[in-house]
Amino acid sequence: MNRELKRVSIVVMFMFIALLGSTTVVQAFEAESLNADPRNTRTLYDSYSVERGAILVDGDPIAQSMPADDNFKYLRTYANGPLYASVTGFIPINGAPTGLEFALNSELTGTSNSQFFDKISDIVTGATPKGAAVEITIDPVAQQAAWDALGDKTGSVVVTEPATGRILAMVSKPSYDPNLLTVHDNAAVTEAYDSLVNDENDPLIDRATNSLNPPGSVFKLVVTTAALESGDFTPESTFPNLQTYTAPGTTSEIENSGGGTCGGGDTVTLATALRLSCNIPFAELGVQLGDAAILETAEKFGFNSEFQIPMDVATSVYPTGGLDDAFTAQTAFGQYEVRATPLQMAMVSAAIANKGIVMRPNVVEEILAPNLSSISAFEPEEFGRVMSAATAATLSEMMVNGVQSGAASNARIDGVNVAGKTGTAQNGSSEPYTLWFTGFAPAEDPDYAISVLVEDGGGMGQTGFGNLLAAPIAQQVLEAVLQK
Amino acid sequence: MTLNTAATSAIPADPGPKVRLPQKMRNLELFLLLVACGINASAVVLVQLGALGEIDTTLLFLGVTLSVLVIALHFVLRFVARDADPFILPIATLLNGLGIAMIYRIDIAVQDSGWESAAVRQTAWSALAIASAITVLLIIRNHRVLFRYTYIFGFLGVLLLLLPLVPGLGKEISGARVWISVGSFATFQPGEIAKIALAVFFAGYLVRNRDSLAMVGKKFLGMRFPRLRDLGPILVVWALSMSVIIFQRDLGTALLYFGLFLVMLYLATARISWVILGVGLFLGGAVLASQTLEYVNGRFTNWLDALNPAVYEARGGSFQLVQGLFGLAKGGLLGTGLGQGRPEITPVPQSDYIIASLGEELGLAGLFAILALYLLLVARGFRIGFAGQDDFGKLLAVGLAFVIALQCFIVIGGVTRVIPLTGLTTPFLAAGGSSLIANWIIVALLLRLSDTVRNQPRLVV
Repeated sequence: MNRELKRVSIVVMFMFIALLGSTTVVQAFEAESLNADPRNTRTLYDSYSVERGAILVDGDPIAQSMPADDNFKYLRTYANGPLYASVTGFIPINGAPTGLEFALNSELTGTSNSQFFDKISDIVTGATPKGAAVEITIDPVAQQAAWDALGDKTGSVVVTEPATGRILAMVSKPSYDPNLLTVHDNAAVTEAYDSLVNDENDPLIDRATNSLNPPGSVFKLVVTTAALESGDFTPESTFPNLQTYTAPGTTSEIENSGGGTCGGGDTVTLATALRLSCNIPFAELGVQLGDAAILETAEKFGFNSEFQIPMDVATSVYPTGGLDDAFTAQTAFGQYEVRATPLQMAMVSAAIANKGIVMRPNVVEEILAPNLSSISAFEPEEFGRVMSAATAATLSEMMVNGVQSGAASNARIDGVNVAGKTGTAQNGSSEPYTLWFTGFAPAEDPDYAISVLVEDGGGMGQTGFGNLLAAPIAQQVLEAVLQK
Repeated sequence: MTLNTAATSAIPADPGPKVRLPQKMRNLELFLLLVACGINASAVVLVQLGALGEIDTTLLFLGVTLSVLVIALHFVLRFVARDADPFILPIATLLNGLGIAMIYRIDIAVQDSGWESAAVRQTAWSALAIASAITVLLIIRNHRVLFRYTYIFGFLGVLLLLLPLVPGLGKEISGARVWISVGSFATFQPGEIAKIALAVFFAGYLVRNRDSLAMVGKKFLGMRFPRLRDLGPILVVWALSMSVIIFQRDLGTALLYFGLFLVMLYLATARISWVILGVGLFLGGAVLASQTLEYVNGRFTNWLDALNPAVYEARGGSFQLVQGLFGLAKGGLLGTGLGQGRPEITPVPQSDYIIASLGEELGLAGLFAILALYLLLVARGFRIGFAGQDDFGKLLAVGLAFVIALQCFIVIGGVTRVIPLTGLTTPFLAAGGSSLIANWIIVALLLRLSDTVRNQPRLVV
């Protein structure tokens, strides 16, 4: 019987080996993905019961965990909540966090892989685990200026540093107070959340990164880049100066905004068309370039790509898959199915300002361990080159002319050369316009790129336009940061 | 696994004058027992420090009661089973104590106290269980008396198994009809006791009938298959297991009994054809059940596709299984520390899912230690099988040890997704009186068997 007994012993050994294996798989190999599962409430509770790291602007906390006398141990509080809500997001007790609170959750709670050794030493020394603090790239002066300049219009202002991709200001309006969503009272949180969700102005949506609008005329910067880079066009290239234009293959007419021709004369140059923001020459240019060339340039600027800053950014779109001439003509002045976020349009201006190189935008300056040692620090990252330095210089000059003596005149600042482009995009026959401005300053050696989005016609339906409503906001913000 | 060399060189008992030899075995046992009690007491203290942040002396009796009881058992052994295996009792004590500490930890989380507290009840059940073990050791001075009552045990086993089906007596809890009500406050799972009775019956029956089961039959594919008329017993046990699946809705118990029978049948007859036949029958039945019985089918879906949101949210879906996995994942390698995890998030964290609760707070390291304890306990049982002289004792010891091994495999394997999840208790750890009593009786029988093995005169062949 002992021979059989030996065999049964081997079977029992294998049964236990299977159990040792399965527990190892669950607790060691699958642990990270199980902990990251959104259904895992343990992770959520943990993110409260550790002292979550602060979010800092210039060393001052804009989000921090204060000791609380209840089950959650800490209460997340936001100093100047509405001003920074589009960056910080919030972390409710009964749902998923948003914004930076979500994107850097594992760092803020101290559970990221780079904090592994701190965790081990906490276990050994018995210290209470603490999360890492996050210093962000936001410039408080720029943020406040953007907040003030936007007033109570629905929209967004984004300011970036062209050479690095640092995001210096990111405002979305209407905003909300994240403090109302972090109180330790389920019913109160649910009530506050429901009222924000049901608000028709969608205050919970960060317009800077997640609102997709037709870019209208600001997209002409992309088309001009494509034209100059093709080598077939210069700023002096001319187009027939028409009252109306009907693209091949369609019967619908395109007009310049306000009707009429683009300045005087039988022909109009590319430079003048951009300066005065005329639609007809660009429609003609678009048809000549073809949608493939525009698509290629748009994608080099970042359209059709996903970005994390580290929050997810909605993907700006230039339609792929081939367009006929009629649609290509419309995309050449930023209509049809072209969509852009304010951040994407800031990237377009920043690339021109940065001599043709697109930088990946980011909002995280540094992640600091509880002992203030740096876990990771901001490093500029290139997305790619979109145009030659020469083309960038040419475009920059064209944009300065647009502000000096063109359609973007309301962005003028005394003593500083501002480069800029306005946009007034249609959203369907009776919908209010979407108003844009994007540009940079000082034009010779740009420190700031900016984009301004005003949704809902800025309260003026179809009577407002980019230079009237968006350009002054950019002017106010740029003036504030340049005087600093 | 190697043969016990010490046993083969044992000297036949000397019938000379009785000398009081120092009880080496028992002294080792006492030492290990004190270590185990020390660990158990620290576990309760750590739970208090971790979950309450202070030491609550009124509940230290949880640790003390168990210690007093097992030391009483130890002294009984000094008189009635001097040469019993010294490792079995300390291992059982440690597992039982860790279980109480974890159950207590969950009491704190759900704020149960007094008689509502599962830990207090578990301690009371432990007292009853250890008292049962002492009684067994005192009454059964030689395991061969069990052989005499083979068929009575068989009858008893089947009776206990079917008891929950009796109207008015049986009680259905979370879908399975395996409980009976005792008085107004307690429920009891007679199936737990049935497994011991059936192990005794299988051992006795197989020793009596092994020759006809082993020798006759046609050869096919190089294996000798049994005659049709010898198939009777395996078909009866198979039918019994299937009725447990169908009427009591309890996959785990059915698997446990059938696995136990198959292993003992193989040991007794040395014929692999029985195993193939048995596994075929069981798999066939299980596949049929999974097609026709909704709850069996659901268990398979939960097992294979646990993280699928639709399965997770379904009624009777994988919610519990996945919560257990989240707990284990939270524990990681080293665990959160006793009293510092959130095991109460998982449904029934103190019984079916106690292994997930322990994994959360003690980590992979703790679970490995617990698995090693089980493996050692099973190995001590197998050791009796290797060294034993009479076939009945060998079969019984291995059968009882194998029940523990298989039960661990079914429960822990279910929680960690090696096999579909079925409701069985984790031996010694899980909250539940019937399981504790059954397992402590197994401990008593193993102690008795190991004592006999060492005292037996050896036949030198």
